[in-house]
Amino acid sequence: MSRDIEAGASRVRFRATGFNPRANPLAAWGSFVVVIALWQLGSSTGFISELAMPSPVAVASALWKLIISGDLWRHLSASLQRLFGGWIIGTVAGLAVGFLVGMFSWARSPGVAMVSALFPIPKIALLPLFIIWFGIGEPSKFATIAFGVFFPTVINTFGGVDNVARNLIRMGQSFDMPMMSIVRKIILPGALPTILSGFRISSSIAIILLIAAEMIGAQYGIGAFILAAGNLYQTDQLIAGVVVLSLLGLCVSWLLGRLDRWLLAWR
Amino acid sequence: MGSGGFVCDFKVMDFAMRLHINGICHSYDQVEALRDIEFGIEPGEIVALIGPSGCGKSTLLSIIGGLLKPTSGKVLMCDQATPDGCLNPLTYVFQDFALLPWRTVAGNISLVLEDHPLGKAEREARIAEVLAQTNLADFAGAYPKQLSGGMKQRVGIARALAVRPAVLLMDEPLSALDAQTRILLLDEFAALFVRTGMTAVYVTHNLNEAVRLAHRVVALRRRPGTIKAIHSIDIPIDQRVEGMPELVAHQNALWDLIRDEAIAADKELDHVA
Repeated sequence: MSRDIEAGASRVRFRATGFNPRANPLAAWGSFVVVIALWQLGSSTGFISELAMPSPVAVASALWKLIISGDLWRHLSASLQRLFGGWIIGTVAGLAVGFLVGMFSWARSPGVAMVSALFPIPKIALLPLFIIWFGIGEPSKFATIAFGVFFPTVINTFGGVDNVARNLIRMGQSFDMPMMSIVRKIILPGALPTILSGFRISSSIAIILLIAAEMIGAQYGIGAFILAAGNLYQTDQLIAGVVVLSLLGLCVSWLLGRLDRWLLAWR
Repeated sequence: MGSGGFVCDFKVMDFAMRLHINGICHSYDQVEALRDIEFGIEPGEIVALIGPSGCGKSTLLSIIGGLLKPTSGKVLMCDQATPDGCLNPLTYVFQDFALLPWRTVAGNISLVLEDHPLGKAEREARIAEVLAQTNLADFAGAYPKQLSGGMKQRVGIARALAVRPAVLLMDEPLSALDAQTRILLLDEFAALFVRTGMTAVYVTHNLNEAVRLAHRVVALRRRPGTIKAIHSIDIPIDQRVEGMPELVAHQNALWDLIRDEAIAADKELDHVA
């Protein structure tokens, strides 16, 4: 009987394949290994000239020298202070303004107008002005980073506040919750996912501005170090500095990931 | 009566307040949603608001609880007496539950108590009490996303009971639930109303819910929303049983009342609310 059915029948083909990428940590690390191995191979065989692109081994030894001489810490600590100081100032100010713009009609239109006009300016263009205002030292670098971080934070914060479900706010009002309680217990946690994803954008902007500001005028800092190495054609040191930047970026994004998991555990 | 059902210790009948809806008119921009709505809600009475979509029944409920400002008219609370320990006389139960996803079941109930001068012990006692009343005691630490729709609405009820309301304002509380859960919760609502003698305004588009729960059914007409009829059902709620002939007769009478409106609403292209 079943043979009768199968005779002359064609089987239904499974069609829903693909479009479902999966994570594979092994492949992630493997890709680094492959690229570095190929790079080393190219350098060892002379295919890649040492002047144009130092070999991974040369970069590693340059990095090692930086570590044991203590130069790395001097540059890195100067950079980290600027990065965190500037980012915190910009973020706190951005959150405050973002909440005002998100919640009050009087702040809404002026806030959006100012942000729209100032956000597209590459903040590094304002560094000379900040140097005139605050001097060549640290404050002008803090100001550049803070200013660059401020605008995306404002935009994200008020976007997050806008996206808090209106029915939850109405619920709070229907139980006569005071305004500060509604802000603290409903709006802030509701906007937090958007705010935290904004931190990823603002932290990478902060790193870009940090390097740019340090390249324009700083004695210490990763940016200054990379610029100096480039001027002397010390490409192994230059690449070592770039590697440090990459690691810095990875650390920041790992920290933000932890923050996400800690604050948004309810998701 | 009722299977399962909420267990409730306090009886609010003696303290319940009287509400008077006084000449309410409301317009959204150019569209007139409600016109000259006038009726009273007696203490201990369940009033159902029914009508086709767009007739303004949810708008009216928002106005009754002070969540929407009517274009004209007012809602009066007569007899200011409220139940013992009442923190929020007019308390809503929402169609979409309106639970905070980042708070546990107990946290969601705690939310509406935290801004009142209650001691920690009293707050926890109230939370435990309403969780027990709604059979949620085992779910105190669960997050809303872990709960079924019916459980979420039970949390909504528990949260409302925690503030010891004088009047419950229920906005299609069963509309987001599946049919089986709806039957279960309908029984629990009936048991709750019977045991507490709670006053409630119950908005629904489901006539079966209206005839099971309400002492009076206010049928609204649409464009503009006006009262078409007020239909009394004089069978005590605890004697009403699913499918009993008297209830079916009431339900058919209500359907005859709003059928034409429903057909017109169905053919409408652009809904207002």
